[in-house]
Amino acid sequence: MLDTTSRPLLEIAGLEAWYGESHILHGVDFNVRQGEVVCLLGRNGAGKTTTLKSIQGMVGKRKGSVRFEGTETIGMSSDKIARLGIALCPEERGIFASLDVKENLMLPPQVKPGGLPVEQIFELFPNLKERLASQGTKLSGGEQQMLAIGRILRTGATLLMLDEPTEGLAPVIIQQIGHTIRKLKAQGFTILLVEQNFRFASTVADRYYVMEHGQIIHSFANSELTDNMDKLHELLGV
Amino acid sequence: MMIPLLNIPTQALFGQLLLGLINGAFYALLSLGLAVIFGMLNIVNFAHGALYMVGAFVAYFLLNLAGLGYWWALLLAPVLIGAVGVIIERTMLQRLSGLDHLYGLLLTFGLALIIQGLFQNYFGSSGLPYEIPDALKGGQNLGFMYLPNYRAWVVVFSLVICIATWYMIEKTKLGAYLRAATENPTLVRAFGINVPLMITLTYGFGVGLAALAGVLSAPINQVRPLMGADFIIVVFAVVVIGGMGSIMGSIVTGFMLGVIEGLTKVFYPEASNTVVFVIMAIVLLIKPAGLFGRTA
Amino acid sequence: MTAQAITPATSAALDASKRRDEMVAFAIMAVLFAAAPLAVYPFFMMQALCFALFACAFNLLIGYVGLLSFGHAMFLGLAGYVSAHMAKLGTIIVGPININFGPVDPIIAILFGVAASAFLGVITGALAIRRQGIYFAMITLALSQMIYFFCLQAPFTHGEDGIQGVPQGKALGLFDLSNQMTMYYFVLAVFLAGFLIIHRIINSPFGDVLKSIRENEPRAISLGYKADHYKLAAFVMSAALVGLAGATKSLVAQNASLTDVHFSMSGEVVLMTLVGGLGTIYGPVVGAIIIVAMQNYLAGFGQWVTVIQGVIFVACVLAFRRGIVGEIAHRFGKSL
Repeated sequence: MLDTTSRPLLEIAGLEAWYGESHILHGVDFNVRQGEVVCLLGRNGAGKTTTLKSIQGMVGKRKGSVRFEGTETIGMSSDKIARLGIALCPEERGIFASLDVKENLMLPPQVKPGGLPVEQIFELFPNLKERLASQGTKLSGGEQQMLAIGRILRTGATLLMLDEPTEGLAPVIIQQIGHTIRKLKAQGFTILLVEQNFRFASTVADRYYVMEHGQIIHSFANSELTDNMDKLHELLGV
Repeated sequence: MMIPLLNIPTQALFGQLLLGLINGAFYALLSLGLAVIFGMLNIVNFAHGALYMVGAFVAYFLLNLAGLGYWWALLLAPVLIGAVGVIIERTMLQRLSGLDHLYGLLLTFGLALIIQGLFQNYFGSSGLPYEIPDALKGGQNLGFMYLPNYRAWVVVFSLVICIATWYMIEKTKLGAYLRAATENPTLVRAFGINVPLMITLTYGFGVGLAALAGVLSAPINQVRPLMGADFIIVVFAVVVIGGMGSIMGSIVTGFMLGVIEGLTKVFYPEASNTVVFVIMAIVLLIKPAGLFGRTA
Repeated sequence: MTAQAITPATSAALDASKRRDEMVAFAIMAVLFAAAPLAVYPFFMMQALCFALFACAFNLLIGYVGLLSFGHAMFLGLAGYVSAHMAKLGTIIVGPININFGPVDPIIAILFGVAASAFLGVITGALAIRRQGIYFAMITLALSQMIYFFCLQAPFTHGEDGIQGVPQGKALGLFDLSNQMTMYYFVLAVFLAGFLIIHRIINSPFGDVLKSIRENEPRAISLGYKADHYKLAAFVMSAALVGLAGATKSLVAQNASLTDVHFSMSGEVVLMTLVGGLGTIYGPVVGAIIIVAMQNYLAGFGQWVTVIQGVIFVACVLAFRRGIVGEIAHRFGKSL
């Protein structure tokens, strides 16, 4: 059984979002508790990335309710939301080409005390330390992903949103990222994950939500995974 | 001393070279501002030439209305015009975000017409004199040429400002924010940085540089309502030649074209008005993205 | 309206009704202009018609290809100089070439002007289309400034004086253009012909390709269209039609001067088109008449005209981007 007594860190209710004219999210409801790793599953175009971007306030228009630590953020700009302690590692990684690795790593400002010291980030990702002076985009895909995750660990954000962190990476590196996520969870970070790689997700996640057509259509805990396999295959079409 | 070089007296050659360097300094300061503004706002600031002119007028007003001399003007004009820029950005340019970039060009062109028209109404087209500050009067005899102190000052000071700007953008944390926001403003904002404020201040800074160039040019070129109107077109050509992607590129291109223009005045004066445009055409043929531009 | 399947029959009916609307609109315009000298000073109307053609030709680029040229005055001015020179002296002296036609027929003079602008359009267009968007605007502006200096220094343009006292002559040896009403209907015919040519270009398959390049250039290229060739062709057509306006204008005014090559003229045509409505068929005509009228009435107010033009620019960009005709068309759901 899951602990349902404590108040969730992130509560989302009736969240709708638009990109220009197109209506992407049609009322998303879910929550994430302190210290959990929650994974959003769903087919391409189901609205997973848009959900993360909506939480961060990066979409054109959003409606409904997104509460973080009890604070309503729906009317806030994305820089204010970040300052509450929410950080995103985007799907396209968003490494800046005109910045070197060190500048990329040090770019996000500290929003709260309690972020990881840079030394600890280098322990998690030793490759980064060796390549500090390289230009951001000269890194390999795996290194770019490490940099994209590493830079949001410094800031003191307590909710980390990782959008497909394993996409296009070699198995060894996927393992390293899984290891990192478990370590971060152990340190008390709360993580909201979007994944296509279901095998990978099952090694880190506590709970799952399945999305389709901009809504949550199903949810279950990691312990209920085996019971849900058939239904998942049907929903995800894998 | 007269050593004829291709029948050109060295005195004239070095004199024109110096004039070229000074014009180059103005090109560099203006195209640098344009490049910084373009990077953050995706707007080509057509009002740049008009605000350069207003910078010179601010120096003139400070002296004649408030009794504040050149050094005050050098400090106050950029701050004042920067503040005007902040207002322009907040009240007008901000409302164009998300629209085709051409609207920014049209809006700032309209602003240039308003500003230049107003000054022409009150000051006509003739130039107002502005004296060289006492500390920079006189000059040095270098043997091969006479170097007026003020001209040397303009070149050195502009160079210092250009390098300082380059350093700030390429080597500091603030510059890293700027470069990152130029690439992906949405993400930088999502990291907790107030990007709209940065954009506003960038515009203020860019036009502040134009005003600074205006003050520097006041004692050399006189203060005229249309001093920026034709000038800005040459600066546009400089920007096309250099490409707006690189800060150092803007600086180098600015000085280089000033010098080339100066040399043209010596060797083929008929072409001195057009040489920058001809170079632009050649660069477009050989390297369309500009000498320092990244191909988009 | 729900999405109904548009059958060929209904689409043909739509086409027919659209075409009928267009013919009615064109007929109204032609009649209004033909009758205008009864109410308005003909010289003003002739100027307005030349500027209207100038703006329509400019709009061909910005409205239908999405290219903002900030240097179109070079075509207006050059064609004016060339046709004025041909109508007055008719000599061509370039290097070893030395031809003397003597003063030529006004129509021939105009054709020389058009040819000169088209030729200039080929050269400047080939350079400018190497960059897009804002750079295109800056390049055309810089090139036109170069042409301005050329016109300032070239002997045949007579520098600051310009070419004065251009004879209007007899078109085809029959129509005496020094008669003001004959000249008026001659100018109207030139305008209507230019207008129809532009209309024809926009509605041709060629025009459809231009529009698809404006909407999405990479996709048009991936569909196999050589976007650069189309852009250059449109640029040259626009230049030639602007040349037609400039050449005719020099006969109307009987002079050619630096005003028409100066970049503020390039700005004015942008303003005319913006006020009337970018990408509308009649917008540039309406905008040109308004701006020319404004300049006439405010001529005594010195540089306030410039200030007012600037204010109109700012107001249009901030609050009135559709322009007058665009706004009307939007209200009535028609394309005008």
